[in-house]
Amino acid sequence: MANDTHSADTETAHGAVDAAHGAAGHAEAASAGMPQLEFATFPNQIFWLMVTLVVIYLVLSRVALPRIAAVLAERQGTIANDLAQAEELKQKAVAAEEAYNQALADARTEAHRIVAETKAEIQADLDAEIAKADAEIAAKAAESEKAIAEIRASAVESVHEVAKSTAAEIVGSLGMSGDAKAIEAAVAERVKG
Amino acid sequence: MEGNIAEMGQFIGAGLAAIGSGAAAIGVGHVAGNFLAGALRNPSAAAAQTATLFIGIAFAEALGIFSFLVALLLMFAV
Amino acid sequence: MGKIALILALVIVAAATLFLQPEHAGLAIHPMDQFEISPLFGHGDISWYTPTNVTAWMAIAVLCIILLLVVGTRRRAIIPTRTQSIAESAYGFVYKMVEDVAGKDAVGFFPYIMTLFMFIVFANFLGLLPFSFTTTSHIAVTAILAMLVFLTVTIVGFVKNGTAFLGLFWVSSAPLALRPVLAIIELISYFVRPVSHSIRLAGNVMAGHAVIKVFAGFAGALGMFAFLPIFAITAVYALEVLVAFIQAYVFTILTCVYLKDALHPSH
Repeated sequence: MANDTHSADTETAHGAVDAAHGAAGHAEAASAGMPQLEFATFPNQIFWLMVTLVVIYLVLSRVALPRIAAVLAERQGTIANDLAQAEELKQKAVAAEEAYNQALADARTEAHRIVAETKAEIQADLDAEIAKADAEIAAKAAESEKAIAEIRASAVESVHEVAKSTAAEIVGSLGMSGDAKAIEAAVAERVKG
Repeated sequence: MEGNIAEMGQFIGAGLAAIGSGAAAIGVGHVAGNFLAGALRNPSAAAAQTATLFIGIAFAEALGIFSFLVALLLMFAV
Repeated sequence: MGKIALILALVIVAAATLFLQPEHAGLAIHPMDQFEISPLFGHGDISWYTPTNVTAWMAIAVLCIILLLVVGTRRRAIIPTRTQSIAESAYGFVYKMVEDVAGKDAVGFFPYIMTLFMFIVFANFLGLLPFSFTTTSHIAVTAILAMLVFLTVTIVGFVKNGTAFLGLFWVSSAPLALRPVLAIIELISYFVRPVSHSIRLAGNVMAGHAVIKVFAGFAGALGMFAFLPIFAITAVYALEVLVAFIQAYVFTILTCVYLKDALHPSH
């Protein structure tokens, strides 16, 4: 019986007993104390529990769970899509990078080629110019040589003339009339020697 | 201190039954402690075994709850 | 915010201790009164259809479940709101449990197990509200829940495996001499399952609530020093919040374990 609490305090025990009696009277309990064991209430609880479970089951299996499953599947799909898209974009980025590298390499080789070509061209030009300049120089040198030779020849000529005339003068002043031919021959001999 | 001897027996019995709660506490502590010891040795396997941990705790605790129930029955229902 | 709430609570406790002294201080502890079933209207007898506080709190549980799982997910958002997120994690939690523990072929029982889990969780948590009634603290309710599981498991076991389901009791890995003994033990443990399954839930919930009430009785008796049991109540209440969830989890996971036995009875 629940008509007592485990109190050693006798003064308060009476109040507690009264209160417990009141509670028991209020509950009109067949088995005082544990409402869990009032078998009269069992059909009521079982009935309402069944109603509750059936309602929850119907709500869950008809509405809630398919909806959540759909949302989750949709999100899964979206995520998978996004992932695929990201993968695709990544592939694209990789391809772009490859293309970029390829282009870079191409450009580099092209630049090399152009540089080499230009260099060769310049070299060729240079060579041609040098050859031309050489030729010009050679021509000029030849010309100069010719001019020098001419000058020399004319100088020799002049020397001849001067020597001839000087010799004729000298011969005349010495009182001898020299044969022009003889003088010439003698001068020529001297000058040559 | 008047009362009848049957009531005294009830209360003594309820107190004795409550010892079972302490025994269940030891059992639960044992389960959890061993789980922790194992989990610290191999933390990677611990996560997979939490369900087993709770099942073990539930089994250990159920018996303590039985003794608690016996105590309650003695206190209120007999 | 939390600090302010704490200080406010302490002030209220102090004020209540000072001004709300019981008229006759005494140990008036009625830990079981909170479990009483009374009709919602009037004071008549309780027949099987009478709407009682059981009805009311079960209806509130149903309402909460609908609010969470149906109304909370009504927008079907890809980026979930807070409520939808809770609903989804509850779904994922139970679904993963069924899949991991009971096996992939037990997914057909998922709505049933989800029903049990949601009902127990909400009944337990609603029972923690002050002045509420805890439907799962009644052995009648949990016994029906456990019996449903027991019957489901047994029927499914026999339907799916025929007489091979009896192999559950014949431990083929044990030495032959031990097997009959083990079979008897297994048989007993099989039939004790619904008992422990139901009493574990009801007992845990009932014990926590009763302990809180006992401490509340102490608080009434202690007058000025009522804050001591009130702190104890706070601690027990925190434990109860934990227990409310863990017991629902344990009930569900044991259902899954039993279901696995029914689907794959070989030891």
